[in-house]
Amino acid sequence: MKADPKGVMAGAFFIDGDHACAEGAIAAGCRFVAGYPITPSTEVVERIAERFPLIGGMFIQMEDEIASSIAIQGAVWGGKKAMTVTSGPGFSLMMEHIGLAAMTETPCVFVDVQRGGPSTGLPTLPGQGDMMQARWGSHGDYGIIALCPNSPQESFDLTIKAFNLAEQYRIPVLLMLDECVGHMTERVVVPPAEEIEITPRRYWEGPKEGFLLFKAAPDRVPPMVKAGDGFNVHVTGLTHDERGYPVMTAPAQEKLVRRLVDKIRLNSEAIIEYREDQTAGADIVIVSYGITSRVAIPAIEQARREGAKVGHLRLITAWPFPAKRIRELSGHVSCFVVPEINYGQMVREVERCVAGRTRVERVSHGGGSVHNPKDIYAKIMSCGKEERR
Amino acid sequence: MTEESMDIDMSMPTNTVEEFLRMERMPHIWCPGCGIGTTVNCFAHALETSGLDLKKVSIVSGIGCTGRVAGYLKLDSFHTTHGRALPFATGLKLANPDLKVVVYSGDGDLTAIGGNHFIHAARRNVDMTVILINNFIYGMTGGQVAPTTPIGATASTTPYGNFEEPFNLPYLAESCGAVYVARWTAYHVRHATKAIKDALRKRGFSFVEILAPCPTLYSRRNRLGDGLDQMKFYRDNSEVKNDADTKTVGLSFQGKVIVGKFVDKDKPTYLDSMNAFYAQKFGDKYSPYKG
Repeated sequence: MKADPKGVMAGAFFIDGDHACAEGAIAAGCRFVAGYPITPSTEVVERIAERFPLIGGMFIQMEDEIASSIAIQGAVWGGKKAMTVTSGPGFSLMMEHIGLAAMTETPCVFVDVQRGGPSTGLPTLPGQGDMMQARWGSHGDYGIIALCPNSPQESFDLTIKAFNLAEQYRIPVLLMLDECVGHMTERVVVPPAEEIEITPRRYWEGPKEGFLLFKAAPDRVPPMVKAGDGFNVHVTGLTHDERGYPVMTAPAQEKLVRRLVDKIRLNSEAIIEYREDQTAGADIVIVSYGITSRVAIPAIEQARREGAKVGHLRLITAWPFPAKRIRELSGHVSCFVVPEINYGQMVREVERCVAGRTRVERVSHGGGSVHNPKDIYAKIMSCGKEERR
Repeated sequence: MTEESMDIDMSMPTNTVEEFLRMERMPHIWCPGCGIGTTVNCFAHALETSGLDLKKVSIVSGIGCTGRVAGYLKLDSFHTTHGRALPFATGLKLANPDLKVVVYSGDGDLTAIGGNHFIHAARRNVDMTVILINNFIYGMTGGQVAPTTPIGATASTTPYGNFEEPFNLPYLAESCGAVYVARWTAYHVRHATKAIKDALRKRGFSFVEILAPCPTLYSRRNRLGDGLDQMKFYRDNSEVKNDADTKTVGLSFQGKVIVGKFVDKDKPTYLDSMNAFYAQKFGDKYSPYKG
């Protein structure tokens, strides 16, 4: 279906990634946002708070991030598309509720505008240290989707995509900005509503009799209903059967949790998105995401000018990770170089997929600024030299 | 024997609350002598006579023995995370104001781990009914001390007795902004039923505390006998004092229990305030939020 024109502020704007995220949420049909102030994400909710009253939305500033991350889930079961927004410390507080959303298959969006960590860290400065937390942060096993925009325009586009994926797979989707993308101001084009594709909630349209809230369709995703429709649903974070009733047994756990993992794992080819530049025939491939994917470009261009065959693979979905593509590339690439603003997170995925077939080099940066492109360039060139030896 | 009672078909014994329960989930998990089931009976009777459209009633629980209530009621029911029933309920209610949202949970869940949410939900006066079952300890995890454990009572984590000042919950609820506050015990089934019914009718944050015996973990450890002994205690030591100043209704170990309806007032709900405020601010441009 197409976006509701009431919320879409079509046109070209000069706005930052946080504001673009807010506009993306509105365009996606989000009408419930709960949040708690935290730098560098606050601009998202500030814009929502300004825009919502006149378009029928509900913004509520909750007492903390724990409350925000579950208020949105109440709102989803009340029939809304809903989102919460935070940064590192708040993201840590939200982990239990990412697990709840995964377990209860509550479609919603969590935005994390990453700053330097751990703990209070660097509130106003960039980091990319929450990437593994995004994948594994809540206890137990579950599938997850996490997207990494690298510009305000993509912040807008991927927020819409996050909502669409959440509905498609009945899952919490994480939008992993970083402080630079959140605060960077660029041209953002908001298309007219009729050009924005929206995935509607997968509401059950069959008879009430015999309806099972957790009986999955062939794609492993069960249908949704909302409170007040007379289904008497039971929704619990306990391991449950297809009725939603708690069942404390190993077989029930196997059936449910395997499906929660499989619905992303087995649909991953449809979910995964990345951009490639000159990877065919490349000796060296840079794997990057978020702001670092832009900082890497001058380094790549300089190395190419000096004759190095350098490709670039930019992650749009960090999770699920494009394992198959990395494996394919490892057949002809001699070295992967992975710059990220942490001491080595997504690089571990690259290493896992490469499985020792070729070299993987990290370019680590603890946070507080972006990389100096020279450091990435130096790593590329050192890989090249190794290769020539 | 009256005409009416002669009409009862004794071959099909039914309990009128059955239609409010998920009978396929019985038996429930609560111990013999536990007061939680009694309160569920009160709640079901309150629903029965409330005239509410049950399709539009949602129940939200946290974690713990009382947290299991949601799962036994034949309503839209949400068994959330520990302490977080209130913010979930806030989202649910604000997303669809047509719903009657009831939070049903325990003392530890709502006022220890969920204490921050409790004070803020009351402050905002979000339109919901909160039924808090107070058994003075954490039951599900084995009888640990709670913010409601009276001074002198023992719990598994206060083996020599509790010395921390407990919450006076009606006072807490009133001072944070609740529009309806009552306390009863599992002994006072009619009063508790009436209080729940009144609370359900109320617009705003309504709060009913019901003291309930936990024979397995509280009464036994404190040598207070079984569930029946605790009910006798409630019978003999409760004093009905409607409109009592909530400052004066704090509980002591096996001391007098002041019960009654303490607060019943009207003030704008969260949504009333929001709509009135924005209508004034934006004039005709603003359409009242209806979910």
